[in-house]
Amino acid sequence: MGKLYDKLMEDYRLKEGLNACINCGTCTAICPAAEFYKYDPRRIVDMVQSGDDSVIEELLKSETIWYCGECMSCVTRCPRKNAAGLIIMALRNLSIETGLFMESEKGRQMYILAKDLNHNVLNYGYCVYPRNFPYEGHPEAGPVWEWEHAHLDDVFERLGANLDGDGPGAMRKIPAENLEQLKRIYDITGATERLEKIKQAGLKKAAELGLTEEEYIQKLYTEGTKMHLNHC
Amino acid sequence: MIYEGKQKIWSEYQKEIPDDHYFYVRSCIRQSFFPASERTLLDIARNKLGKDIFETEHHTTCGGIAYHSDTIPQETVMTIIARQFALMAKNGYENYVCSCITSFGLYCETLETWREFPALQEKIADNLWKSCKLEFAKPKFLVHASDLVFKYRNQIAAKGKYKLVNIKTGEPLRVVEHIGCHYSKMFPSKGVGGAEYPYVLVGMVEAWGGKIIDYPERRHCCGFGFRQYLIKSNRSYSLSNTHKKFESMAPFEPDMIITNCPGCPYFLDRWQYVIAESQGKTYGKDGRGIPVFTYEEVAGLVMGYDPWDLGLQTHQVPVEPLLDKIGIPYDPAKKYLGKDGKDIGKPIQPSCLK
Repeated sequence: MGKLYDKLMEDYRLKEGLNACINCGTCTAICPAAEFYKYDPRRIVDMVQSGDDSVIEELLKSETIWYCGECMSCVTRCPRKNAAGLIIMALRNLSIETGLFMESEKGRQMYILAKDLNHNVLNYGYCVYPRNFPYEGHPEAGPVWEWEHAHLDDVFERLGANLDGDGPGAMRKIPAENLEQLKRIYDITGATERLEKIKQAGLKKAAELGLTEEEYIQKLYTEGTKMHLNHC
Repeated sequence: MIYEGKQKIWSEYQKEIPDDHYFYVRSCIRQSFFPASERTLLDIARNKLGKDIFETEHHTTCGGIAYHSDTIPQETVMTIIARQFALMAKNGYENYVCSCITSFGLYCETLETWREFPALQEKIADNLWKSCKLEFAKPKFLVHASDLVFKYRNQIAAKGKYKLVNIKTGEPLRVVEHIGCHYSKMFPSKGVGGAEYPYVLVGMVEAWGGKIIDYPERRHCCGFGFRQYLIKSNRSYSLSNTHKKFESMAPFEPDMIITNCPGCPYFLDRWQYVIAESQGKTYGKDGRGIPVFTYEEVAGLVMGYDPWDLGLQTHQVPVEPLLDKIGIPYDPAKKYLGKDGKDIGKPIQPSCLK
């Protein structure tokens, strides 16, 4: 067994999620991602349990580990109680740790996810914050969201929420001392370091492409090749 | 599957749900898109049923979406969760109820991992003390808010003004139930009724007079997929999964959909709009969509709340045809008004979806 495999096995999600896969393919049959993407969790689990570092490195650089939606439908049906979804999470974790996530188009999307979600967590205390969910970026949210977002304070007040207000209630302002606690949790558990790693890797790539940060974000957010899909 | 077979499965997946005294934790998505649902749950539990449901402003996100988008390590999210549990204990509670399904699944996974790896639990307790100066604690009972409404379903029915019945025909409404994946797919024993045929929403619908309809893709994911929705160029994954579900359920002509996950009702509602506007296809009758509800909204309708107090005006698929079927009164002129009748305009009507 190689160093990458050993590193992977340190992850609790792999310890929980891999119990001698028999390669029956039930996970692939049930998988929502496998239906649309060129994605085969059965094959990925088999590659991981080979313990071969060159095979695992191939996975860490690949597009395929980013296709899973982490719905965990695979867990319910596996006759051996494997969790392909958890194995994917461990692979993604190691791909980021080794910097190999930058080798794939889907892996590079981590730049936006890391930036936006954790901006919300650390500044507002929420993963999703409605003021940062603009209709322009989410036209599928429909004209009702276009209206709601334009009148967010009024609609939230009408519905009895407490948007950015003191005290309890929906979308209340999280007290500053609690946001500071979240930041300290990020600092001592490796999240701050991970976010910085993703940021620096992305900025380096943007510079290589001659793009500003904003142009790079737009490219990641909107551009996608059809090579990922089953029918292409 | 025949109904008796499901009853056998349900009997094997019983879950103890305490009747009272809960520490309540909100959901990022529920608060953002269905804030009135959380308010309705608290109002029903506290003011209609007299339960003690405590909320502190000091709780935060569990970090679940950031974690399932792979942006933060497992140790980070576990320490945030430990902080939430510590707040519960600090406020004198041992029963923990969360509004979010992603959170619920993550809490189940975390507690199970701590049980299997005590050294990790010790490390998280140490992290918690170093970062927040809070004492580590675990809940005695962990439930999702839909478990609680399931527990109260008969009391809600007894106090209810309306039933899920077509007022003209007297027939039960045909209801599709959609369970959030992380409710019980990872830990079937933690959900009411297990993972294959969860009973949590079925129990509510039956108690409130409706009839559940089965369809082939009943357990299929709504398609959120975290990074698959959040990044625009991945979003066809999300749309394709919702499309698959609607194609599967449409032949069974459901009157409505009830969901127990914060994100699912948003996706099942909004992707119907996208399919209608882009393909000209609708899944309800006469060019309409199938209205999608949170379980709190349905409980509120049964209890006689004003539909606009429940936030049903923020759905993209209009709910009025369903309200008419049940016989629930509403004032169309008040649909889009702000507080105290303030005029805040109204949304543009879609060109295809009625």
